[in-house]
Amino acid sequence: MLITPAIVALHGIALSVAGTVLLASGFAGRILRRWDINSGSELQLRLERRTYLISTLLGFSLGAELLSLLLFVQTAESLSSQFIGAMCATGVLNINHFGFPTLLLKIAVFFLAAVWLLLNWVDNQGRDYPLVRLKYGLLLLIAPLTVMELAMQTAYFLGLTPEVITSCCGSLFSAENQSVAAELAGLPPKPAMLGFYIMAGLIIAVGLAFLRRLWWGPLFAIGCLLGFGVAIVAIIGFLSLYVYENPHHHCPFCLLKAGYDSVGYALYLPLFAATAFGLSAGIIAPFHRIASLHKVVPGAVRRLSWLALLGFGWFYALSTWLILRSHLVLLG
Amino acid sequence: MIELTEVSKVFHEGRPNQCQALREVSLTLERGGITVFRGPSGSGKTTLLTLVGCLARPTAGRIRLDGQLLSNLPERFLTEVRRHTFGFVFQQFNLIRGLTVLENVMLPAYPLGRPYRELRAAAQILLEQFGIGEKADNRIEWLSGGEAQRTALARALINDPVMVIADEPTANLDSARSREVLTLLGELALQGRTILISSHDPLVFAANHVKRLIELRDGCIAGDCPC
Amino acid sequence: MSTFLERQKYLIDYTLSALRRRKARNLGLLLVYTLLVFLFSSVLLLSQGLRREAAALLQDAPDVIVQRLIAGRHDLLPAAWLEPLRRIRGVGAVHGRLWGYYYDPVVKANYTVMVAPERGLATHDILIGATLARIRQLGIGDYFSLPAATGQALPLKVVGILDSASELLSADLLLLSEAGYRSLFNPPPNTFTDAVLTVRNPREARTVAEKIALALPGSRPILRAEMLRTYDAVFNWREGMVFVTLSAVLLAFVILAWDQAAGLSAEEQREIGILKAIGWETGDILRMKLWEGALLSLTAFLTGYVLAYWQVFYGGARLFAPVLKGWAVLYPDFRLTPAVDVQQVLALLAVTVLPYIVATLIPIWRAATTDPDAVMRG
Repeated sequence: MLITPAIVALHGIALSVAGTVLLASGFAGRILRRWDINSGSELQLRLERRTYLISTLLGFSLGAELLSLLLFVQTAESLSSQFIGAMCATGVLNINHFGFPTLLLKIAVFFLAAVWLLLNWVDNQGRDYPLVRLKYGLLLLIAPLTVMELAMQTAYFLGLTPEVITSCCGSLFSAENQSVAAELAGLPPKPAMLGFYIMAGLIIAVGLAFLRRLWWGPLFAIGCLLGFGVAIVAIIGFLSLYVYENPHHHCPFCLLKAGYDSVGYALYLPLFAATAFGLSAGIIAPFHRIASLHKVVPGAVRRLSWLALLGFGWFYALSTWLILRSHLVLLG
Repeated sequence: MIELTEVSKVFHEGRPNQCQALREVSLTLERGGITVFRGPSGSGKTTLLTLVGCLARPTAGRIRLDGQLLSNLPERFLTEVRRHTFGFVFQQFNLIRGLTVLENVMLPAYPLGRPYRELRAAAQILLEQFGIGEKADNRIEWLSGGEAQRTALARALINDPVMVIADEPTANLDSARSREVLTLLGELALQGRTILISSHDPLVFAANHVKRLIELRDGCIAGDCPC
Repeated sequence: MSTFLERQKYLIDYTLSALRRRKARNLGLLLVYTLLVFLFSSVLLLSQGLRREAAALLQDAPDVIVQRLIAGRHDLLPAAWLEPLRRIRGVGAVHGRLWGYYYDPVVKANYTVMVAPERGLATHDILIGATLARIRQLGIGDYFSLPAATGQALPLKVVGILDSASELLSADLLLLSEAGYRSLFNPPPNTFTDAVLTVRNPREARTVAEKIALALPGSRPILRAEMLRTYDAVFNWREGMVFVTLSAVLLAFVILAWDQAAGLSAEEQREIGILKAIGWETGDILRMKLWEGALLSLTAFLTGYVLAYWQVFYGGARLFAPVLKGWAVLYPDFRLTPAVDVQQVLALLAVTVLPYIVATLIPIWRAATTDPDAVMRG
């Protein structure tokens, strides 16, 4: 096992996130069993106060998870000198079976926490807290994920013994390989780009329709998730090639390096934010039928979907600019 | 108009020190004028005011404000109602030390996010009205009792509430200052605001514009007479 | 949106004045907090600087070093090995090196003695590192002598002092001619300490190393990449250990932060009660308190980090140098190249600010959920 400050820090974050979310879901369990909005009993008052604690804890977890996500990728990157054949973060994450699942769990927890907080924000505007059960039910779902993340991450770092020969992005994402990742890298650029821009058009169209009619909500949520996936595929498939100006370098993490102007942050942060906002907006929209949220939901949804559209718009514009700026020619 | 229907409040529920501060109180308070609640300490008059003023929720019973049910609202929304409907004056003044008079007056409006200039001007106008405009930038610690209570009154009015709740407003003042404060409260009543006072000070019962005197004892209404 | 911003401005304003009102108490916490950030950043900045320095030095290191092992121990390499090495496909230049450690009882330290054929030194001429020169108070043109392996004193003339830019490795260095080396250490003739070789295509270094190991039993080829990795591993490990050691300090800080956040003074509790009574909501108090934590953290983090940065890069890094630099007795007096690294800042945030937040969340919530009617019941 390796001990570096960053790994110590990552363990610390994962422990505190799992701890806070478990604590919060403990309270959530009691709320689910004993909640009675019409009661003025001291128990109910106590439960209502607990809700403030829970949302604060979740807010903390969201921030910590974002920090952890960035630190995890950066750490993998910096460890690449320790492993033969690992030239960047991809290689290091690939050293054992737990690297990429840890990353995916971190992303999942991040999105779930974001959705939870936005759901909570909307619920807090309804005078009878109509979404209490849904909210705390969802929380009970997030809790095991954070524990799993902690376990995966521990397994991953425990399994990191230097001198294991690993593949780096050159071989993992190279077209000859037979993995899913390689298939992403082997995508022919023309159809891939076409798909990317069709998806962009779809998201923006559905988003604009959603701004008019709320029943587009669930479709928009799905669209945002798909858009997120397609964006990641596009980054691996062709966008990274344009940035590195190298037809074989498919790494999604090297974009974060200062050598490429850290352009990755300008791509990923808006993309993550936009997905979180769009997903939440779509999930929240159907609740406009609830009487106490009838007035709140349309405004909230409109604001969230504008933010999502702006984020996606920024992402697509920046991607296009990166492609146009590049000296690499992929499409003959 | 505020309606209370069989309102009870229990503290320390289910514990040995459980105490019932109010027992099934039913009451209707009309808009306008001064209503005084009197009774010995422990009679429940302060508890009643905290329930009416949305500072707490009843254990049982219903409270309606202009027909809108308040008694089952969570604290978050009670606060929202309270901010716009009620202003509070306390026995101990309860001003925050270390801040200036002006800042103390502005405090209740902070969470509403009113533009700073506008808020500052509004606070200054209130202080002028109560004759302590020149003290605006003084620290609270340097004020006399009367000035402190007038600052507290200005603070109660900063969000322009329709009702002012005063809990023993004259308890820490001498007779002259007490009359001063009562006059100010009377003027507020004349402006059309509803004033609710809890007190056991005879000066208060005799004040002008007092239109109703409600007596409490052991958490029940023991007497209710219009003046 | 503007109401939202305005509201935050009010909350920050109130927080700042609240912090000012309780100056002594908050300054204490701020001081400890800053110190904590300072300690952790010093470790990180220093070890990262060292690591970068080592990497820069290794840039010029040979692609492969070949040593001879006998019974698992390093031994002198016969000159006859150089020829078979040259014949391996892919190998460029090969030459043998002579170097060793010399213990000087006068200063109770080891020198690194190396033959530098490219310098064209006469038998008794030497070049020395700046630290060595300082410790033995030698200047250019000075003579001094060292007892040689044969027992006689070997007179040496300092003809130059090595540039101090890369002092980390050259601090205790003593360069001399082959003849001088042989008279000082008296090694068997036709032997070298080890051999270095260049590889035409650096990507093939690993294959070349495998061929060497096959062709010359008892040889140990070492790749530059391996050296880099070893350095990294050593620094990582040391850094990690210092971190784990510092976690005791962190724990003490967390307890302090918890205690301070939980043990509100009567005055502060009264203030929160008043705020709630006059129309502040639980969420407003929470946000106000979170702003307080954020402002404290920001101040402590920036101050601590800047102080550590200054300490490490301009102040000689006296604090953790002994632990992190390790073995050397002659401490070089060197300056690291300043640099800020994203990963480092993220890790620092995670070990200093995050624990502070964790420690204060529950106390803050407790304070914020004071009964709004507490003031009236008081």
